[in-house]
Amino acid sequence: MEIKDIIQSFKDSLFTGLIALALFGPIVGLRTASKGEGLFITPQWGVVFLLVGLCILGRFLINLNSARKTEITFFSKFTSKFSVITEDKAKHFAITAILFAVVFPFLPFTDRYFMDVAIMILTYIMLGWGLNIVVGLAGLLDLGYVAFYAVGAYSYALIATTFGWSFWICLPLAGLFAAFFGILLGFPVLRLRGDYLAIVTLGFGEIIRIILINWYEVTNGPDGITGIPRPSFFGLPFKRSPDEGETSFHLFFNLDYSTMHRIIFLYYLILVLALITNYFTLKIRKLPVGRAWEALREDEIACKSLGVNPTNTKLTAFAIGAMFGGFAGSFFATRQAFISPESFTFIESAIIVAIVVLGGMGSQTGVVLASIFLIGITEMFRDLEQYRMIAFGGAMVLIMVFKPKGILANRKPTILMHGEKK
Amino acid sequence: MLKISNVETFYGKIQALRGVDLDVNDGEIVSLIGSNGAGKSTLLMTISGVNKAKRGNIVFNGKNIENQAPHKIVDMGICQVPEGRRIFSRLTVEENLRLGSHANEKGKYFENDIKEVYDLFPVLSDRKTQRGGTLSGGEQQMLAIGRALMSKPKVLLLDEPSLGIAPKLVNQIFVSIKNINKEKNVTIFLVEQNAKKALELADRAYVLVNGKVTIKGPGQELLKNKDIRAAYLEGGAKN
Repeated sequence: MEIKDIIQSFKDSLFTGLIALALFGPIVGLRTASKGEGLFITPQWGVVFLLVGLCILGRFLINLNSARKTEITFFSKFTSKFSVITEDKAKHFAITAILFAVVFPFLPFTDRYFMDVAIMILTYIMLGWGLNIVVGLAGLLDLGYVAFYAVGAYSYALIATTFGWSFWICLPLAGLFAAFFGILLGFPVLRLRGDYLAIVTLGFGEIIRIILINWYEVTNGPDGITGIPRPSFFGLPFKRSPDEGETSFHLFFNLDYSTMHRIIFLYYLILVLALITNYFTLKIRKLPVGRAWEALREDEIACKSLGVNPTNTKLTAFAIGAMFGGFAGSFFATRQAFISPESFTFIESAIIVAIVVLGGMGSQTGVVLASIFLIGITEMFRDLEQYRMIAFGGAMVLIMVFKPKGILANRKPTILMHGEKK
Repeated sequence: MLKISNVETFYGKIQALRGVDLDVNDGEIVSLIGSNGAGKSTLLMTISGVNKAKRGNIVFNGKNIENQAPHKIVDMGICQVPEGRRIFSRLTVEENLRLGSHANEKGKYFENDIKEVYDLFPVLSDRKTQRGGTLSGGEQQMLAIGRALMSKPKVLLLDEPSLGIAPKLVNQIFVSIKNINKEKNVTIFLVEQNAKKALELADRAYVLVNGKVTIKGPGQELLKNKDIRAAYLEGGAKN
């Protein structure tokens, strides 16, 4: 690399700085603030110079590296670190992660906020794993997965508030309802593939939401359902002062009353539900129906010529994926104790699909990493309020740029032909 | 054992088969040759039930199958090796074979059947944990044939097994097809553009032109047929 090149790249980066100044100057530098009557401009040139400086530096570094015709060293290091995560390492990771998840509530730094975030991440992991059956294994792009989440939540809420049955009875019922809706969606889309399927599922998600808003007599419309019973610890409620004839959790175990008990219980509940989803998926993959899903994803005509019935295969994928969505929905309902159609908008479907795709279609560990990454990042930037969606989008772009097939693209190690690298 | 009479198949308004009459007897190797777009693959897809015949009958062992679902037809014992192999490229070789045994009482005899396939194509046994997509064209064709055999078919429908494969491997695959026919007693219905190879192998053969059978007869006889030599053998075909 010669001096001439360095001067050239320096000039170029100064020019970039000029553009950055032109952009950030008015946008960031001149901040309007309302004081009394009218608006006043508060300049914040410090921030502008910082941003411009960053742009110049960044451009300069990129120039230096491209002059050497190599990748940006920082980023290539970053990606190579990710690409060494093989499925074997992922297994170690999985065991460590489960152990960590089990002890997490009792770690010294864990507080109520961390627990809430952890529960949310686990809910998304479970949804991601459920959708992974449909998208990752069977290859059916479902953009309306939130519909099953909603069906699960509402069936749980309605059954529990109407009949007063316990969580453990309502949960499987909600799952069954969701599975039924999965089949309901499955029938009209049997002949569709790819983009067309995605559009119909998108519509299905909206239909369910609109029904929930408008079917006032049953769903209470936009007001939602309140007073959904909380789960109990095998019959022991988490209450400060239990009703007569009842023993509550803290009295039974002789503990001081704390709201954390219920939170910790909810945490373990969703952890177990999520792990069941994962275990089920890993097992069913080895069974004929699971293999048929994967084959269907690869090639439908070949499937037909081998005697795989595509109708049943697709319907089971939809039904089972929906069932787990329904379980997650019931959990959501019992945790919030209040649900309304607000919680089941398209953005939820989009987030779940993003988690599956970013994790690497069909990779179970990838879903975990993507959930932590996406939900964690959005939570970290919560103080920035609506700007946190920028962080969310940025995280997606970063993953797609550096790992276009998802964080964990490989399902299992492959013996390579002639020892060459793919 | 398989009798096709007056079958007409359409893609929308376009007619691909214009009344095909053809039969395949038990234990035979029957070849169907024809140029691009003659309707060869359509005929196989119609037999498999993937495309439906608008008119005509397909009778297999005395039963009409023209309105059956594809998976039912495979259960009855007709399995197709589709054109372009269509193996499941992201699944391993063994998983591909397992999918083939799907129709055969849900893979009850898997262990035994897979051994037979590995005996027939030892290279697959060496590569069983490898993903299908990493095999060479010839190996993929062997996998596709092996996968079809896992369903224990009575009739094997082969669609252009020589397509895009090195000539050396083509010979090997045709030898295997002959072995499957003789030793495993599987009836073969072969569709090929490589007319010479197909006719040499066949007991009987048909020529399909524009969705209709124009010539039929024993394979050796068709090899000598002047019209066929002019249209399909001389010039285009390589040894």
